[in-house]
Amino acid sequence: MNATDRLAKAGLADTPDEAAAETPFAESERPGRESWLGLLLPVSLLLLWEVTARAGWLTQLFFPAPSVVVQTLIRLMASGELPRHLGISLQRIGQGFLLGAIPGLVLGLTMGWIRPVRLLLDPLISAFFTVPRLALFPLLMMIFGVGEASKIVIIAIGVFFPTLINSVAGVRAIHEVHFEVARSYGARPWSIFTRVVLPGSLPLIFAGLRLSLGLALLLVIGIEFISARTGLGAFLWFAWETFKTEHVYVGMLVAALLGAGIAAVLRLAEHWLLPWSEGLFHR
Amino acid sequence: MQVACHEISLAYRVRGKRLEALSDVSFRVAEHEFVCVLGPSGCGKTTLLKILAGLLQPQRGRVDFVGRPGNNPLTAMVFQDHGLFPWMTVLQNVTFGLEMRGVGRDEREGRAFPLLERAGLSRFTRNYPHELSIGMKQRAGLLRAFVTDPEVLLMDEPFASLDAQTKLVLQDELLRMLGDVPRPVVYVTHDIDEAILLGDRIIVLTARPGRVQGEFRVTFPRPRTLAVMHTPAFADLKGLIWRQLEEAVRSVARQ
Repeated sequence: MNATDRLAKAGLADTPDEAAAETPFAESERPGRESWLGLLLPVSLLLLWEVTARAGWLTQLFFPAPSVVVQTLIRLMASGELPRHLGISLQRIGQGFLLGAIPGLVLGLTMGWIRPVRLLLDPLISAFFTVPRLALFPLLMMIFGVGEASKIVIIAIGVFFPTLINSVAGVRAIHEVHFEVARSYGARPWSIFTRVVLPGSLPLIFAGLRLSLGLALLLVIGIEFISARTGLGAFLWFAWETFKTEHVYVGMLVAALLGAGIAAVLRLAEHWLLPWSEGLFHR
Repeated sequence: MQVACHEISLAYRVRGKRLEALSDVSFRVAEHEFVCVLGPSGCGKTTLLKILAGLLQPQRGRVDFVGRPGNNPLTAMVFQDHGLFPWMTVLQNVTFGLEMRGVGRDEREGRAFPLLERAGLSRFTRNYPHELSIGMKQRAGLLRAFVTDPEVLLMDEPFASLDAQTKLVLQDELLRMLGDVPRPVVYVTHDIDEAILLGDRIIVLTARPGRVQGEFRVTFPRPRTLAVMHTPAFADLKGLIWRQLEEAVRSVARQ
């Protein structure tokens, strides 16, 4: 039951604009009925690809049929080879993410809330933010060696900046009146932090985390191309070196599914943790 | 307890320029008095209220809470556009002031539920503000202040953003909630009708910088109803106030 229904049921929809505001959305943007439209094009393209590949109109060496790719995927999963690479990449993403996101979040909230800290650190952050992350990798390998540490640190650096910048923006987006309300009712700094700063900035923090995880995936594949024998990137690179086209497609498919899966998990977490944020973007 | 403002002055600095908001504002609010501060847009009404709430410090002058040891009373402020936290449910918003004052959860809810029931919000305690109508949000904002049982109630144009009908309904509800005005109330508005309907006394401020231009006593007996707005005495008083306010309003319009 949506808000309008609840109001109507209680006979309390005392400003008709509420109901009016939601009606066009309900009638013209029903996701259930129209979601098939989004699937139409990809499914058609896949079918076209399958048919043309089987008919021999496409070079199998570069464009194996989707059904062949799926069979290869099933075989690699069953053999345990793909889960092993995937698990290692996920472990690197997880460790790098935690190492980058937690300091990014803490520093971002502090910078957003406390103006002198923001003024002090902003120029430094802006300067470092523009450095391409992968350009740091050779230096990190020199400092941390070619093992796991340099890989995790580069992911952490990649995650740190979007998390920090969105956390700062999240705090600054909180309307001044909410701080005034808290102060007028005698809230102390810790209460202002836990009841205003943190919850109020969460929608933009989540946006930052989505960006960060996308970047972490990009970075892990990139660094595994360069300096790893295991992981999804290494699997893809080895497939290219040995010209196993189906494996290349499987690697790309798994990377895409991984990205989509991470995004879906974050959306679910956001929906669960921030049920109120839907109201921010619907009006 | 009385509220006494002594020669309050405050100026803001906007893009390097000094902008005087209030200049030597002095008035008193008696223990059971509902005072409306009326003035044109930008005359410093909200600034004055924020000073009374302790959110701003005046650069000159002072506020005394006469008869209150420590000069630090429990105030509650009702904000323009409700000021509800979007991330809290109606119940969490309404009990926020009590929570900040260290009141336990059971007592908070015990005090809030009867008020929510009276305001027709008891079915919406678990809803978020975006799921409420504008009128319901404003009611929740009023309850957040009332539930704390403040020693001084401060209200900053709480009904300014409402449509005319909802405004009348909420003004009527406010009159009933206040009953015999057991505490000093300072209510800021730019609406003359609202000031006469609600107030015991009306203080008219000049255009920026706000200075006290005049005072009007409203003698309609309490409890009042909306019917008072249709009496000749209401129209007469409105005419008197408008004559004093007109020049300030026109000077703002010319800017």
